[in-house]
Amino acid sequence: MTTIAKPGRDLAHGRAQLSDRLFRGVSGIGALIVIVILIALGVMLTLSSTQAFSTFGIVDFVTGLTWDPVADIYGALPYVVGTLLSSAIALVIATPIALLTAIYLAELAPSRVALPLTFLIELIAAIPSVVIGLWGVFILTPVLKSTIESFFVTTLGDTIPVFAGPPLGIGLFAAGVILAIMILPTIVSVSREVISSVPMAQREAMYALGATRWEVVTKAVLPSARSGIAGAIILGLGRALGETMAVTMVIGNAQAIPTSVFGQAQTIASKIATTFNEASVGIQTSSLIALGLILLVITIALNVVARLLVWRVAGAVAAE
Amino acid sequence: MTASTAAIPARRALVRSGVDRRRSFVDRVMRGLSLLAAITCVIPLAAIVAFVTVRGIAAVNLDLLTRPPKALGVGGGAVAAILGSLQLVGVATLMAVPVGILAGVYVNEFSSRRSARLIRFCADVLVGVPSILVGVFVFTFLVLPFKQFNAFAGAVALAVIMVPVVMRTTEEILKLVPGTLREASLSLGVPVWRTVLSVVIPTGLAGILTGVMLAVARAAGETAPLLFTALGSRLVNVGDFSRAMDALPLFIYVNARQPYEALNDQAWGAAFLLLVFVLAINILVRYRTWGRRAG
Repeated sequence: MTTIAKPGRDLAHGRAQLSDRLFRGVSGIGALIVIVILIALGVMLTLSSTQAFSTFGIVDFVTGLTWDPVADIYGALPYVVGTLLSSAIALVIATPIALLTAIYLAELAPSRVALPLTFLIELIAAIPSVVIGLWGVFILTPVLKSTIESFFVTTLGDTIPVFAGPPLGIGLFAAGVILAIMILPTIVSVSREVISSVPMAQREAMYALGATRWEVVTKAVLPSARSGIAGAIILGLGRALGETMAVTMVIGNAQAIPTSVFGQAQTIASKIATTFNEASVGIQTSSLIALGLILLVITIALNVVARLLVWRVAGAVAAE
Repeated sequence: MTASTAAIPARRALVRSGVDRRRSFVDRVMRGLSLLAAITCVIPLAAIVAFVTVRGIAAVNLDLLTRPPKALGVGGGAVAAILGSLQLVGVATLMAVPVGILAGVYVNEFSSRRSARLIRFCADVLVGVPSILVGVFVFTFLVLPFKQFNAFAGAVALAVIMVPVVMRTTEEILKLVPGTLREASLSLGVPVWRTVLSVVIPTGLAGILTGVMLAVARAAGETAPLLFTALGSRLVNVGDFSRAMDALPLFIYVNARQPYEALNDQAWGAAFLLLVFVLAINILVRYRTWGRRAG
């Protein structure tokens, strides 16, 4: 199929009819809109946040600890830290589970099990964030509070300050668990695809040496898929950093940097979600948009890196 | 000992040496853990669907479906949100689908390989942009200048989220349309634009519709882009896109934070309606694509 040229591509060179050129132009506008939206998004957020950056300076804004609308002093650090910590907890929980699941789906499960299971896991990604948040607030957080959180607080809370109580349910840990659930389908389905794209001959060679199935997975499959799996995890991280509604509903919306994993916190996205409408237009709105710009830069950078990594494995194999 | 009886224990020793036993033990444990992880992945899905169904069905009643929220206090229903969601998603679809399909057609039929890669890259980055930032972006040029939260801005924000989804599926599907079909049409003297419109697109239509449906499902569940655009409202708003409008996700968010159990119940009811809509589309669409892949 790839050998057959698309006729439209030659329009630019040959003498095309007016109607053809018109059609090409109209569909080109559609493509242009996609590019324009992305550029406009970056430009508008940058323009709207210049007031904050020029008032406080980029470094002071990012490292500032106070967010005080009365005194008009704004610093982003508590929200940057909250964003990074909640996503880190999510990765710690989700990565091992997602990787083992991807291995199971790609290598171990018979296809009559793997197909429906893949379908169900990808369905998690379709659930609206606000519905997961609702479930998180009323069902998950009370369970976490009375099980995992109170267990860690009573056993380790006195000796290790990171696990200090009180177990509130609502807080950083709950946000991490919710995010872990939400990024599972991303990490599972991308890693599964990457693992499946490793050439069969590599596995067969390993089997021929008398390896067990698990040895084949760890010694013949995973090393080739490593950078693609890293890409899958980074894609998941990108999703976790920008996730808004579910996190806003369970993280507790506290203004300070939490000292315990069970403490309450705020992410960049949840800060914007909860205060943007009440902010007075001017330096406060500008500071909130500046927060958004930080998030935008991080997520776009992560997405680009992740896609390059995934492409290196899946693309290289496809090209063979 | 005869030769034949001695051979068997010797072979057994070869297979079942200590190292081998450890290897097969590790193999079995890790395979078991993998299965366990896969099951763990499905538990949250089951828990969410189960709780939303149980608590949601209990809260769905005629009031929820036919009444607007009371101006003060507890009571009323979600009709403003239901109608709002239909309008917002409907208008967003009308804006996003033509743009997305045209962009997909351009990338697959007309563009050079380099510009195709650029456009695809932009669409992928756009999919990765946190949806709340899309809301902030639309706020800066459709709400701020008019000093008025409006439903039109909400629809635009949803459309921005839908466009890359529609574009990417359109493009993927058109890639599968055999080049020989195009050549057959062109060899009959049909111009390129007619070839695309009446041969290429109809061939891929089912797939393009799949993309549109998935984009609709995604937009219907989005809350964050509407927070600073359509805002939400307690009033039924039909057709006035210059004013604030409610939507089901906003209704769920607002009512989940209320201190009244009756309003929390309404959030569960609305969540059930939304979940049924979104999951029905996803299951239907994926079931169809799978049937085709298998067949």
